[in-house]
Amino acid sequence: MIAELGLAALWLAAALAALQLAASVLSLRAGEGGETLGGVIRPTAILQGGVAALSFVLLMWLFIRTDLSVKLVAMNSHSAKPMIFKLAGTWGNHEGSMLLWVTVMALAGALIAAIERRLPEATMRATLGAQAFVGLGFYAFLLFSSNPFERLPRPVPEGMGLNPLLQDIGLAFHPPTLYFGYVGLSVAFSFAVGALLTRQVTPDFARAMRPWVLGAWVFLTIGITAGSYWAYYELGWGGWWFWDPVENASLMPWLAATALLHSASVLAARDALRAWTIMLGVIAFSMSMVGTFLVRSGILTSVHAFAVDPERGSFILALLAINIGGALALFGWRAGSIAEGERFALVSREGALVVNNVLLSAILGVVLLGTLYPLVTEAFDVRVSVGPPYFNPVSAIFALPMLAVMALGPLLRWRQDAVRRVRRPALLAAGLAVAGAVIAWLIAGPAGLLPTLGVALAVAVGIASLLPLRGRRLTRTPLPIWGMVLAHLGIAVSLLGMASESAWSQERLAALAPGESAEVGPWRVTLTKVVPVAGPNWTAIEGDMDARYQSGSPIPIAPQARSFWSPSQTTTESALVTRWNGQLYAVIGEAVGDGRWQVRLWWKPLVTLIWIGGLLIALGGVLALIGRVLGDLKRRSVLAKRLRWRGEQPV
Amino acid sequence: MSRLNRIWLLAAAALSLGAPLCAQQSLPPAPYAYRQLPDPAQERAAHELMQTLRCLTCQSQSIADSDAPMAGDMRHQVRTRIAAGEDPEAIRAWLIERYGDYVSYTPHVSATTWPLYAGPAVLALIAALLFRRRLARRA
Repeated sequence: MIAELGLAALWLAAALAALQLAASVLSLRAGEGGETLGGVIRPTAILQGGVAALSFVLLMWLFIRTDLSVKLVAMNSHSAKPMIFKLAGTWGNHEGSMLLWVTVMALAGALIAAIERRLPEATMRATLGAQAFVGLGFYAFLLFSSNPFERLPRPVPEGMGLNPLLQDIGLAFHPPTLYFGYVGLSVAFSFAVGALLTRQVTPDFARAMRPWVLGAWVFLTIGITAGSYWAYYELGWGGWWFWDPVENASLMPWLAATALLHSASVLAARDALRAWTIMLGVIAFSMSMVGTFLVRSGILTSVHAFAVDPERGSFILALLAINIGGALALFGWRAGSIAEGERFALVSREGALVVNNVLLSAILGVVLLGTLYPLVTEAFDVRVSVGPPYFNPVSAIFALPMLAVMALGPLLRWRQDAVRRVRRPALLAAGLAVAGAVIAWLIAGPAGLLPTLGVALAVAVGIASLLPLRGRRLTRTPLPIWGMVLAHLGIAVSLLGMASESAWSQERLAALAPGESAEVGPWRVTLTKVVPVAGPNWTAIEGDMDARYQSGSPIPIAPQARSFWSPSQTTTESALVTRWNGQLYAVIGEAVGDGRWQVRLWWKPLVTLIWIGGLLIALGGVLALIGRVLGDLKRRSVLAKRLRWRGEQPV
Repeated sequence: MSRLNRIWLLAAAALSLGAPLCAQQSLPPAPYAYRQLPDPAQERAAHELMQTLRCLTCQSQSIADSDAPMAGDMRHQVRTRIAAGEDPEAIRAWLIERYGDYVSYTPHVSATTWPLYAGPAVLALIAALLFRRRLARRA
């Protein structure tokens, strides 16, 4: 009954989306006369969000109860799985994750329908119509080719279980946060389409769009950071970024959203970059959809790709073509009629932001090219590998100047400025950058070109990111300024971690018998004993070890090699010891005979800064978001007060 | 059984298991799959090379970070050949000869890969033109 109810809710939500789209189109065509019809749109959007959420909650319920008459549950769950993974397992499969996608999208639509009142009503109607249009495509995808509520002809005695690599607390956070980010960008997309349809590209439009972009961007940042850390500790070899197509699929929307965020700020503050902001709004969500296509179409094999089904691939590709193609065509048709915004000089805050926007877009282009190119050649039966040796240097060509501009941009004035005004901070940052790189070489030893440049730029950006606070009363500095400072500092912190990890990591592979030790960097690790342990749905070999930093006291660690039985697979559970200056990473492998065990050890100096930086970036986004929302509420209440004072009705 | 035959057998075994990430091991790993070379300079050279070679039975992992048996065997190959004094690029060429371009993450410029390098160059050009136009408009 629950499954049927869920399916009915999904159909109802789709029908409401269709109604929302139809009402939007008709009211826009009717123009002034479309008032009654237009009034239907907001309530429909809110209802659609509620019904879609109901459908998703019902699917979760099926997973909680492990209802083995439902195909999706039988294929992906198991009665012996811990409850948290039964819950999170709802989105640990193709159909469930697509239902999460469409639910988040419907909820985002419901939220703008409920609270966004700053824009002209016609723009809002067009926006909600666009949101319904995109949503409708994904509803169709779910209902016609990925029904999550399908029943089995007869129930099975036990489920097939969840991929053990996914049975980790990361599954509870990483996919939902990323989806909030991906799908949050659909709001920016719909706003852009709405503004194009009604030709209302104004600073107000940018102010209305900005919190949504900020929110989506914060979620994307957290999702990427969490995913990177998860891969780092789960895969057992200490890698934290592989330039894997699915990682790139999350990085591309992030790059586009970062660019969009900055150009929307220019539009909001200075009424410039109108067409460019609209374009980025379209591109950001397009990248989300490209990512979905890559991950969900079965074109890749990955822990992220749950099913290989060519029909689904074609379906998503068609959706992609309609949405992106349609939006870009609309852009091409209408962009000419959007008046050019305010002019500005190259040496100005806007100028720096434009430079960074273009460079971010170029990095996006590089990642897109490197991700899609192997797929293209494969269609012609030529297999090429594009990996870190390509992405690292080629994206650095654009990233290094971008970081340099990022350091100085916030110090420039709006509209027009002179280079000599920022010469002193620039020289200071450059000097400290060189000093930083020299000190790093002296302490940690020589490093390659890219890591050395990385350290230098991290120091420069780190110092420069704090300079906008100079001469301000810290208690009275607006929250968005704090947000910018923290986010830019986070980039520097993360960059320092990346450079340090890639330049000065040390690896030690050893075959140890109990009682023997191995050294890696400043650590000495002793294997005390190897014991078998058991969990709810796995057994494991656990290596009990004592880790000693230089001459410090021993720290007990216990990495495991787990064997799951449903499905049958082994995973490594690494053990980590975190210090302020880095992380020890220990893995126990297989027995190698004569009582010895493979032990893999890494010392990764400053590696944790990578994710701390990521969290700082997200925190900066949160502060900016709070600041913007509070500022907006204040502006509204002042406006309402003034109107009341004049004896008029507040709008 | 020759070394090469064994690699192919392992590859076939790993593929037939259909578990691309963590295939079960059927044979004990080759000696240098999980052991480092005694000479740190040689180990560094081997590691640098391993990071740019693709694990053919995994998804987007280099042989330097994979548990797959075939990655282990390839690590053994790389380490023993480096220890024997071979040039890393010669080893890469040897592997490409056997497994095709696909095994190397460092795409060399060729008839099939030139767009990978032309693309970013075009992007840089477009970026430069955009700035020039912006400057010219001001002047």
